[in-house]
Amino acid sequence: MSDEILGEITASEYKYGFTTEIESDTVPPGLNEDVIRLISSKKNEPEWMLEWRLDAYHTWSEMVEPDWPNVHYQKPDFQAISYYSAPKQKKTLDSLDEVDPELLKTFEKLGISLDEQKRLSGVAMDVVVDSVSVATTFKETLAEKGIIFCSMSDAIQEHPELVRKHLGTVVPKRDNFYAALNSAVFTDGSFCYIPKGVHCPMELSTYFRINEAGTGQFERTLLVADSGSFVSYLEGCTAPQRDENQLHAAVVELVAMEDAEIKYSTVQNWFPGDAEGKGGVFNFVTKRGICERNAKISWTQVETGSAVTWKYPSCILKGDHSIGEFYSVAVTNKFQQADTGTKMIHLGKNTKSTIISKGISAGKSHNSYRGLVRVGARAENARNFSQCDSLLMGDQCGAHTFPYIEAQHPSAQIEHEATTSKIGEDQIFYCNQRGIGTEEAIALIVNGYCKEVLNQLPMEFAVEAQKLLEISLEGSVG
Amino acid sequence: MIKIKDLQAGIEEKEILRGIDLEINAGEVHAIMGPNGSGKSTLSSIIAGREDYEISGGTIDFEGEDLMDLSPEERAHKGVFLSFQYPVEIPGVTVSNFIKTAINESRKGRGEEAMEAREMLAMMREKTALLEMDKSYLSRSLNEGFSGGEKKRNEIFQMAMLQPKLAILDETDSGLDIDALRIVANGVNKLRSKDNAVLVITHYQRLLDYIEPDFVHVLYNGKIVKSGDKSLALELEAKGYDWIKAENA
Repeated sequence: MSDEILGEITASEYKYGFTTEIESDTVPPGLNEDVIRLISSKKNEPEWMLEWRLDAYHTWSEMVEPDWPNVHYQKPDFQAISYYSAPKQKKTLDSLDEVDPELLKTFEKLGISLDEQKRLSGVAMDVVVDSVSVATTFKETLAEKGIIFCSMSDAIQEHPELVRKHLGTVVPKRDNFYAALNSAVFTDGSFCYIPKGVHCPMELSTYFRINEAGTGQFERTLLVADSGSFVSYLEGCTAPQRDENQLHAAVVELVAMEDAEIKYSTVQNWFPGDAEGKGGVFNFVTKRGICERNAKISWTQVETGSAVTWKYPSCILKGDHSIGEFYSVAVTNKFQQADTGTKMIHLGKNTKSTIISKGISAGKSHNSYRGLVRVGARAENARNFSQCDSLLMGDQCGAHTFPYIEAQHPSAQIEHEATTSKIGEDQIFYCNQRGIGTEEAIALIVNGYCKEVLNQLPMEFAVEAQKLLEISLEGSVG
Repeated sequence: MIKIKDLQAGIEEKEILRGIDLEINAGEVHAIMGPNGSGKSTLSSIIAGREDYEISGGTIDFEGEDLMDLSPEERAHKGVFLSFQYPVEIPGVTVSNFIKTAINESRKGRGEEAMEAREMLAMMREKTALLEMDKSYLSRSLNEGFSGGEKKRNEIFQMAMLQPKLAILDETDSGLDIDALRIVANGVNKLRSKDNAVLVITHYQRLLDYIEPDFVHVLYNGKIVKSGDKSLALELEAKGYDWIKAENA
């Protein structure tokens, strides 16, 4: 690819970089016990929740920020971050009419107008703007089936027994530096419970959005699928343009009980930083699910945003015959850095896991796959198949693969395949000769390359994901 | 349709074409023959707009427009088609998705509406039948795992779908067995009309038994050294290229 093409990759500006002017109720920067007490009291939480947070805070205070990922960034000053921010006019809303029109406009710009979503897709959305949910739809339809889908704050108030039982069981407070921080200060997120034997009739979807300058975002998501149930959950996000780095440290926990199935799909499009690599979101996320007997968890992610990504959606295959899947497309451009992959921990017998990872690097970015497949001493007949492909655009970017395999049972079958390729001039010329311009040609080639992953996404999300891939690589060619 | 005048081109200081003159009118089939390294593929690449070559002189006029001013995709929109000698693989992109994109991008380039899905499907069905291709072709990844013959047949399928004004077949016969050759040639013949033209580039006379040319040109050392009717191809077949080499030594 020519230098001109590469120049234009770098020149492509972030489409969704704009800020909504909404008054916010923000706590002054800094983190100490008092701040945690303040967060907890603002949210009117029960005592056990406060204790839980404080315990996490003490754990975190003694931990050190990890530096093993293959990424380089200015470490955040945790005392300079404000840990709570809520839109001021916050109150319980029954319909969209009550939502601030300014906010609705923002959603429209993002192409996620609730009206449209409601009408077209039948997707129930729990919209998170900064830290507080402002609109929840389709709740009634779900309630008929006994499905609980609400903000984490509401769940703590209304379903404390469920939250208390499962919170922190998959990602313990002391799991890692960012998970501990999240446990101490999380302000909101989504909670979902699917009762026994219920097949959730619609895709559950959450759009996250960071909307307050200098505000850290600490989402907490807990999804519990009771025995024999099924749910497909979608998560997508974009963020407004910023001058300073924004920290995002979310925790997502999935519990799949016997015979349950959870499909968790993410499209991530946070501000990646400007042409010089300044101002992008730091995304340090802990996502993990646990599978009981015969359960299945499938993670699908399309990662196009953030300045620095550090994320390993994982499966603990605890029950016999359980299945874990990870399908990922990670795009890095300009100065973005991503260290992402998965962990498949096989504990039960006859457990199976599949990993399909597709990295695309352009500009001066670095894209690393880091994955662990561990087969425990009792995991008889565990099987894993991993495929890690890297696609390079230009000669100034990097692709790295760090596969770790630990097998403690002799019957383990582990396969790992990896390829690295470049979009060839020959492929582009071939498309050109058939009347397809270079930009469309790249979109076509990239979509083809990612097909196995995109195919895993629910229909309406797949279309959006394709669009995002195109936007991320837009202007990448002349 | 196309008028090439005194075309001179090379790659990194190396001169490959040393003044080509060629005129092809609508309804005609021309064949260019010549030994390896004579510049046959360079000529077809330059007409299609490949950027790797340095053009040092001459003009190419296509239907009154200077082709040099147009990008490869614009040339395609105007009706220039190249059947590649070595078609590339594009994993994950199906033949049907690729040809759909190609047709609609070409239409967009000409300011036309996208083709309706039903019309597109009917056309795909008709053209796969014409080339005796199984329908399963359409859902395979473009050229991935295709045999040599399948790749060439797929090129002609795309030509049939795109209905170009000028089709350049760059060694479409190489790698084809006799049955595949007959099918491909038959496909090309069915697409011939008074409004379009075909330029066949080949080493061997064999393809010309099936696709009968109106004119045959011999390219040697970057120049057309001999032109004639199809009997020239037979003469070449009988005498070999040494005859040409000796004459132009």
